[in-house]
This record gives sequence, C-alpha cells and structure tokens, in this order.
Amino acid sequence: MNTATVSDAETPRSLTARILGTPSVGPLLVLLGFCVIFALTNPRFLATHNLSIILQQTVIIGVLAIGQTLVILTAGIDLAVGAICVLGTIVAGKLVNLGYDPVLSMGFAILLCTAAGLAAGGLVSGLRLPPFIVTLGILGILTAALRLISEGGAFPVRDPFLAWMGNTMKLGGFVLTYGVLIMFTLYAIVWYLLNQTKWGRHVYAIGNNAEAARLVGIPVRRHLLSVYVLAGLIYGIAAWLALGRIPNADPNAMQSANLDSITAVVIGGTSLFGGRGGLIGTLIGALIVGVLRNGLTLAGIDPLWQDLVTGILVIIAVALDQMSRRRS
Amino acid sequence: MADHSPHVVLEARNVVKTYGHVTALDGVDFELRAGEILAVVGDNGAGKSTLIKTLTGAVHPTSGDILLDGAPVHFKGPLDARHAGIETVYQDLAVAPALDIAANLFLGRELRAPGLLGSLFRRLDKKRMREEARRAMGELKFRLPAIDNPVESLSGGQRQGVAVARAALFARKLVIMDEPTAALGVRETGQVLELIRSIRDRGLPVVLISHNMPNVFDIADRIHIMRLGRRAAVVTPKTHSMNDVVAIMTGAATA
Ligand SMILES: Nc1ncnc2c1ncn2[C@@H]1O[C@H](COP(=O)(O)OP(=O)(O)OP(=O)(O)O)[C@@H](O)[C@H]1O
Ligand SMILES: [Mg+2]
Repeated sequence: MNTATVSDAETPRSLTARILGTPSVGPLLVLLGFCVIFALTNPRFLATHNLSIILQQTVIIGVLAIGQTLVILTAGIDLAVGAICVLGTIVAGKLVNLGYDPVLSMGFAILLCTAAGLAAGGLVSGLRLPPFIVTLGILGILTAALRLISEGGAFPVRDPFLAWMGNTMKLGGFVLTYGVLIMFTLYAIVWYLLNQTKWGRHVYAIGNNAEAARLVGIPVRRHLLSVYVLAGLIYGIAAWLALGRIPNADPNAMQSANLDSITAVVIGGTSLFGGRGGLIGTLIGALIVGVLRNGLTLAGIDPLWQDLVTGILVIIAVALDQMSRRRS
Repeated sequence: MADHSPHVVLEARNVVKTYGHVTALDGVDFELRAGEILAVVGDNGAGKSTLIKTLTGAVHPTSGDILLDGAPVHFKGPLDARHAGIETVYQDLAVAPALDIAANLFLGRELRAPGLLGSLFRRLDKKRMREEARRAMGELKFRLPAIDNPVESLSGGQRQGVAVARAALFARKLVIMDEPTAALGVRETGQVLELIRSIRDRGLPVVLISHNMPNVFDIADRIHIMRLGRRAAVVTPKTHSMNDVVAIMTGAATA
C-alpha cells in the first residue's frame, strides 16, 4: 500500500527553477537595464567618479530602506522614515551648535530616533493600530515639532565628528565614503538577522500569517515592537550618514524619503502584503532608485520628473506583486 | 477498558466563553482519558473550535476551570500549552505559507547551531532542521515534495500533512486536532487517520474534531457531542449508532 515514501516523492527543484525563483533576479535585471540605457546615452555615467557618486547618493535611502524593509516584512508600512531621520539631524546639530559634546549629541539623537521607533511600535503592537495611520501621525507630529525647534529654517552643522561619515578612502581608483562602508555593513548585519536567526524567521512568519505565528507561540506583539525599535535605530544611524553627506540640518529635508524607501523595498521584490522578500532585493532596489536619479540628473532632467518616474516605478512594482499573488 | 476511574489527562469544568453578546461556550464540561481517541462532534457553531482553543490557551475562558492531570492550569497563551506537552492542529492550520516545509515544522521551536555560532551569534541550524524534518516526514510516510518547498506550493492535503506532522513530532502529553481531514481526499484521509492511531499507540491521547461520522465511528473510543455550547452527551461507537449521534447533535434526542 504505502510504497510512496518521502524519498521517492521528493523532487528537488531544478537549477533554472531555483534561479528564476530567486526573487532578486528580476530587480537585478532592471538595475542592469537602467545602467545600460544611461551608459549608452551618456559616457560620463560609467566613469568611476560618477559610480562612486551614485553610491554616496544611495547611502541614505539605502539605509532608510533597511528599516522600511523590516517594517514592510511584518505587513506594515513606515511613513515616518524621513521624519525620524530628520529628527536625528536636527537634534544632533542643535545640541552641537549649543556647545554640547558631539559624541554625546549624536548618541542622544540616535537614541531619540530609536525612541520614536519604540513609540510607533508600541502603538502598532500595543493598541493594534494600523501602522499606516500610526506612522502618518508621527510624520505629522515630527514635521511640526522639528520646524518649531529649528525656528523654521535650515542651519549649518560644522563638526568633524558629525561629518565623520563623509570622510573618504580610496579603494583602487574608487573613492568610498565611510558612509558607504557603514551602509554595506548594516545590510550585512540585518541580512544575517533576517536569514540566519530565529528573530528573522519570526519576522517573516508574522508578516505571513500573524495568527499562525501567535498560535505556534511566537510573542507577536513583543516581536513587532522589536522590529520598530530596530528600524528607529537604523533611521538614527541614517541621520549621522546624512550629516556626513551634507553638513546642514534642514527640517524640510527628505521630502521624498517615503517614496524612495518604499520604492526601493518594493522594486526589490519585497511584498507590501508582508512575509515575502528580503534585504538583497532592497539593496538592489535602492541602487535602482540611486541610478535612476543620477542618470536623469546627468541627462539634465528636472528633479520633479525624477519623482514622477519613481512614482510610476513603485506603482508598476506593486502591480506586479499583486498580480503574482493573485496567480498563486 | 478499565471502568474503574480511568486516569483523566485533560479536563474542563463548566467553561463559559462569550464574545460580546455571542455565547460560544455555555458551561461546557470535557474529559479526555489516558490512551484514548476522543472525537468531538457537533453542528457548525456548536462551539467545538472554541472549546479546544480554551483548552490550549489560544483563547481565555470567561469562566470555568481547566485541569491537566488533575491540577488546575491557566495557560497564558498557546506557548504555555506547548510547553506542557499539548500539541494542536488548528482548523485554520496555523502555517506560514511563504516559509518552507522544514521552517514550518520547526516554527517557534527553531534549532540553533551548536557552539559559539549558536549561543553567541544565534545562528539557526537550518541543515539539522531540514534533516530532522525529512526524517520525520519519512517516518510518518507522508507524501510531500522536497522539504525546502514553500508551504504555499503544496496542495491542501499536503499542508494538512505538515500541520499534523508538526503536532505528532512534538507532542509529549496529548494531541488535539480540529478537523484534520476536512480538506483531504480518501487516500490522504486514510493516512491522517493512520497517523492518529499511531499517536495513540505511542500512548498519547488524541482529541479529534470531525464532521465525518464514518471516520469518527471508525477511529474514536468515545464521542463527545457538543450542542449549543454545552456537552450534550458522551457516547461510544459500541453503544450508539451514527443516527443516534446525529439526533443528539441536533437536539432531536437525548442520550
Ligand atoms: N472570535 C470570535 N468572535 C466572535 N464570535 C465567535 C468567535 N469565535 C467563535 N465565535 C462564535 O462562537 C460560536 C462557536 O464557534 P466555533 O468556531 O467554536 O464553532 P464550531 O463548533 O467549531 O463550528 P464549525 O463546525 O463551523 O467549525 C459561533 O457562533 C461563532 O460565531
Ligand atoms: Mg470549528
């Protein structure tokens, strides 16, 4: 009767199926496609100088997109990414300009960003409010508060420690800022957390099926809280990166951080419905956004058009995600 | 069977559960004896699922007592029940569709790598989990595609197999299954029933919720009949017919 055992029923997936099934292949092709188009239309695009500029321009969105990925994997969304990051730049800049120790100032600013993540996570997990509304509320509160603190305008921040991330080193003809290295380090650490630890696996499980996660005994609420706290910490580090790029604290900065970070995550193949995707895709997605903005700038196209193209891109990516879910 | 006070493993006394104005359980009693397969039957909405959720900590009873081996227990959540050795296959399956079979088998109970890699860097031992999953599925003789396929790529019956295997693999005290054969074909139903017998033969009692009367009469030692959130009767396949049980379920007769 029971002749069929697992061994003979087990059909290992073929190599092509594995490669095509690897979610980051599609985004990688898109990235290469854009690179080819820009390289063909503008010889300056592929210059080492320009490539290292692209990386530097990608750093902030790239790091913000790490936190955004974590939140989206739990089937949430974070509309306060930019606002929390700006909170970090303004607080650190203000304190240093008031004469406080730069290390303590930056540390305190990062802590404050983490606290903002804690507040968002607390409202989402404790009161079970929708992440969309919670982070939209925090965005509104922070935007108003930061304009009040900075009396409306941007102000310069001139301090070597706060600008540390902007320091450069040479790697073969390639100029890298410390910020670029920090970005890759953060990607490596969070990738490890997501893919090699129980914590990461439970992030996926919660995004997939929160009730199932609860029934198998995963402390869903505490886990969600930890996700938002980690995201806040990452936005705080992004604030330090931002000060290293532009020594200026501007309450009106990062207006397109939501659009760009969400685009990076979604183009990278992470599902807005949660539980599917990952960080490698997000890194590629962030590079796509960076390449796109850089290439369009080189072509002399107005930044407004860049937002327009990014907007179209994110809608296409979500549509593809939606379609692939309907089919399965 | 020993009629002189058999050991009661899991017991509920006068349990009430209300959701707002809805009374899901209206003072239900429940008794699972050592080594038996106890079927729980009742109409849709009779409170079967709610009853087992209160027994496993997934739902907190509004009032009433739950006793494990005669001692009162207050499970704060499903994890407490799992720690106490109670495994449950929920009606809505509790699997994470995008995770693979091995990950689902070990969900919430992941194995960590040995040594510093595990203790300091918290690294999962994916290889060992895959091997153990493969071995377990082999022992249970469940026909499944490769263990690293996502659960969403499986058929309904295969998903059921994953959920049942998970319970069978980890149970130390008893197993509760809420309609484990509802989505299955004849062949797979047979496999699950076989699995349930083998769990009992290992000495663990099983609670089986089912709408399938022939299955129930085939496998159960006793039948607990739910009606309107209460226990209407407990009968055995020897003393009552399927028609008797249906009559009690619908209120047309009493035991
Ligand atoms: N979370 C909930 N909120 C509100 N009412 C609920 C909830 N869960 C169950 N109920 C109600 O409690 C009653 C019993 O439901 P339960 O799911 O226990 O029935 P059941 O016997 O398992 O039915 P079925 O055979 O359809 O699975 C039903 O009237 C149901 O609508
Ligand atoms: Mg039910």
